[in-house]
Amino acid sequence: MLQRALIFSSSNPICSQLSTTAPPDNTVFPKRNGGWIIPFSSYQLPAFRFRNYRRTLLPPLCSASDSAANRPNMASQDEQDPRISNISSAIRVIPDFPKPGIIFQDITTLLLDTKAFRDTIDLFVERYRGKDISVVAGIEARGFIFGPPIALAIGAKFVPMRKPNKLPGEVLSEEYSLEYGKDTMEMHVDAVKAGERALIIDDLVATGGTLSAAIRLLECVGVHVVECACVIELPELKGRERLGGKPLFVLLSST
Amino acid sequence: MVEMFAAENGLKGDARLQAISNAIRVVPHFPKQGIMFQDITTLLLDHKAFKNTVDIFVDRYKDMDISVVAGVEARGFMFGPTIALAIGAKFVPLRKPKKLPGEVIAEAYELEYGSDCLEMHVGAVEAGERAIVIDDLVATGGTLSAAISLLERVGAEVVECACVIGLREVKGQRRLNGKPLYILVEPREIDSC
Repeated sequence: MLQRALIFSSSNPICSQLSTTAPPDNTVFPKRNGGWIIPFSSYQLPAFRFRNYRRTLLPPLCSASDSAANRPNMASQDEQDPRISNISSAIRVIPDFPKPGIIFQDITTLLLDTKAFRDTIDLFVERYRGKDISVVAGIEARGFIFGPPIALAIGAKFVPMRKPNKLPGEVLSEEYSLEYGKDTMEMHVDAVKAGERALIIDDLVATGGTLSAAIRLLECVGVHVVECACVIELPELKGRERLGGKPLFVLLSST
Repeated sequence: MVEMFAAENGLKGDARLQAISNAIRVVPHFPKQGIMFQDITTLLLDHKAFKNTVDIFVDRYKDMDISVVAGVEARGFMFGPTIALAIGAKFVPLRKPKKLPGEVIAEAYELEYGSDCLEMHVGAVEAGERAIVIDDLVATGGTLSAAISLLERVGAEVVECACVIGLREVKGQRRLNGKPLYILVEPREIDSC
């Protein structure tokens, strides 16, 4: 279940820096003492706002009997962008998909919540507008849902990063590892130019394999990947460490 | 006739349509000999033309009380969400089998050789909702027809199908279950440059 909102602070100048003064209302920061911000909703069962959905009654991963360190810090609630908790509760969790033991984060329910979907896009647009980004690369297929609205809002082009044999023109290919086996990602060679500044967008980052393939494809033609951006991160899978030092920005973190 | 080309329906002489057409790349013999593939990825690289594409659809649908924009995987995903956000509708992805994690309904459709299947999440669309279906290109209408069926099976009203590119119907032969079809541009045979 989604519990937290965080921003990864890095030396990249466009990322928010940790601050010791009160942040503006819309800023998302980690807690000042290095812990996690836990929104109220982490203690509640997921709430489905759409009448026809089945309720998935999963126990919350963070229960009321957790230690004091995990209890919500009321002061830090003010630091979390108020839009984040609606986005979090709009995402549906589906156990055992695509196979037993995997808890799937289903963003399709977010797309049904017009305000939460708009807020998701706005959070990215606010971060990247005016930062001289000319390329938004989206990873097939859910990156195609979030990438174009962001690209259009910030004045960038949209570049789809696709599975093999879908793109009709001349492509560059990059192989990457899956849990079992490998896959290949392709990009049109003439979609981007050396020196352009790019974002890479996907719905979720797990192991980081897909994002790192996308980074390599873009860098291979001289594009500067400014940041990777996802709605959700699964931090236990340590994808963040596999991005070749590139910064990662996410709205939500899930364990 | 159920199909409408933008240039013949309110956008005659609109310069945006020519720019959109010019931004689409034609790739001969993809995926196989004889097919002149209409590549919209070059349209996505032209920010102004891409924005105009979306704006034309938004202007058409924003006052039609549409609450659902259904986009066909995968190129329908590139146009649908921005339109949905601008008109205040939900975006519903219609996907190839086994991609959607929740309970789905499925509709089979014919390919040139064999068949394929389109799926939609149960509960994404409610009875009585007014929907449009978006894809990049319409050829035989098989995929759009499957999309229309999925929406109608849950009681939605499909108001129109919308595509960036479409051939003119040949002798009225297009499977769209009688639904109107709105198309921005026709395919080009070869690139002009």
